[in-house]
Amino acid sequence: MLARLDPMSEPAIRIEGLHKHYGDLHAVDGLDLEIPHGEVFALLGPNGAGKSTTVEILEGFRKRTAGEVTVLGVDPHHAGKGWRGRLGIMLQGTSEHGALTARESLHYAASLYSDPRDVDATLEAVGLAEKAGAKPATLSGGQRRRLDVALAVIGRPELVFLDEPTTGFDPEARRQFWTLIESLREDGTTILLTTHYLDEADHLADRIGIIAAGRMVALDTPVGLRSRAADARVSWVEGGTARTVETATPSALLRELLARTDGEVEGLEVVHPSLEDVYLQLIDDASRGHAETEEAVA
Amino acid sequence: MTAATASSAPTWTSMTRSRLVVELKEFLRSREQMVFIFFFPMMLLLLFGSVFGGQEIADGVSFAQYFLPGMVASGILNTGFQSLAMSIAIDRDEDVLKRVHATPLPATSFFAAKVAQVLIVSVVQIAALVAIGVAMYDASLPSGSGWWTFTWVFLLGTAASTTLGIAMSSLLRNAKAGSAIITPIVLFLQFTSGVFLVYTQIPTFLQHVAAVFPLKWLAQGMRSVFLPESFEAAEASGSWQHPATAIVLTLWVIAGLVLAVRTFRWTRHDDN
Repeated sequence: MLARLDPMSEPAIRIEGLHKHYGDLHAVDGLDLEIPHGEVFALLGPNGAGKSTTVEILEGFRKRTAGEVTVLGVDPHHAGKGWRGRLGIMLQGTSEHGALTARESLHYAASLYSDPRDVDATLEAVGLAEKAGAKPATLSGGQRRRLDVALAVIGRPELVFLDEPTTGFDPEARRQFWTLIESLREDGTTILLTTHYLDEADHLADRIGIIAAGRMVALDTPVGLRSRAADARVSWVEGGTARTVETATPSALLRELLARTDGEVEGLEVVHPSLEDVYLQLIDDASRGHAETEEAVA
Repeated sequence: MTAATASSAPTWTSMTRSRLVVELKEFLRSREQMVFIFFFPMMLLLLFGSVFGGQEIADGVSFAQYFLPGMVASGILNTGFQSLAMSIAIDRDEDVLKRVHATPLPATSFFAAKVAQVLIVSVVQIAALVAIGVAMYDASLPSGSGWWTFTWVFLLGTAASTTLGIAMSSLLRNAKAGSAIITPIVLFLQFTSGVFLVYTQIPTFLQHVAAVFPLKWLAQGMRSVFLPESFEAAEASGSWQHPATAIVLTLWVIAGLVLAVRTFRWTRHDDN
């Protein structure tokens, strides 16, 4: 980390007032974000929220409509190949196309960087050692994604972009991928990943940004996000009707409920909100266009 | 993951070299490219040679001998124009170009490797065609100044084909439909430019149409290399037209270069 070119005061990624319009569609609608060096940052949001558009602007593939962006201290739109050498990029989606084996692809990619990782060690780390001689067409979708991860990190990048990296992985492959990301983090690599999987963001990320309709609706640590939904959900059946109450004080509600019920309370359930509940609530709020929706669901 | 390999900073040359290896492997391992681009002219030479080979079209020149320079020219067009246009269009559709663009490989390295791959494939292809011509159809190798003519016609023809192929790839918005667009263009040129048919035997207005495009000049230039000097009188203009060939091909190189540079993109057309 100390040998990096940027002054440490400059974050790895800085976004100020980012807009990207396609005609009337505001895919990114005023985004601000700073990601310090060494952070693992997860960008979450529904399809069409602007995640990939944002990431592709940071990667220098798309032009922005307005706003300031620096990635490793450089404006991606005017960045050169020296800057590319410090990045690792895993695009969304993968391709069966290509006549090179996994090992050949990595050897070629490694030849483009000044301090690449060892090809065989990288194949091992992504769990493709046994498939080193296979071409993309004979790899499964998940295996191709793992090859994409390997290609993104082979150049020992300072900053890695992973756009929906684990789509199509089986649970074991996902765990293995998480271990890989953790080892990258230990090397001091800054990582920006987009994902649909809350457990993945929860497990890997130092901070999570939730984006909906091109705006950041929440930006917090996983713990911080979870604590946002203080209300527990208590549900039971009373007089043949299912009832659900969301409350910050479930114990008080239970005392009162037990006091007025003889014997067992039918269908009693107390559920503390998961990260998923928080996420869905935030997305729901954003799509309704207001920030506070605290009504009980009956 | 942390084990480092001993290495030095990659240079333009080292990156171009490793990209060239990738391009050659992609070509050699693609059945479509090997059959329809590499072996196709040889198969046609053998087919046409055995069917019409014996017919004399001028004193001491058989149809097979006339067909050889046509196939050499056509091979240059196939390998440069057809193959590049198709493979780059598919690579763009499949985000392969986007992946290339995401790496530190300089754009000039990428194109230099493509051009080098086309040159290598073309040279091997032409050598095989000429070997067939010499072995089976009494074709003779060029002598002295013939090699010089061959070299500049080959290089200008390849340059025109390659730049136009790269430009064409940008017009193929749907790579899967690519061969449906490219094949008729190439076939039309082959029939009108003195490749499948003797140039002087096609209607004059078609000769004029063909004379706008590079293949006619490329084929005529190759005839001046591989046919006896006496055949010059049998050309449409009674001359090999070397200066005009150089001018037309150079103009196409410039047009191709301008179009290629202006239209090339690393990402799909719907990806902006």
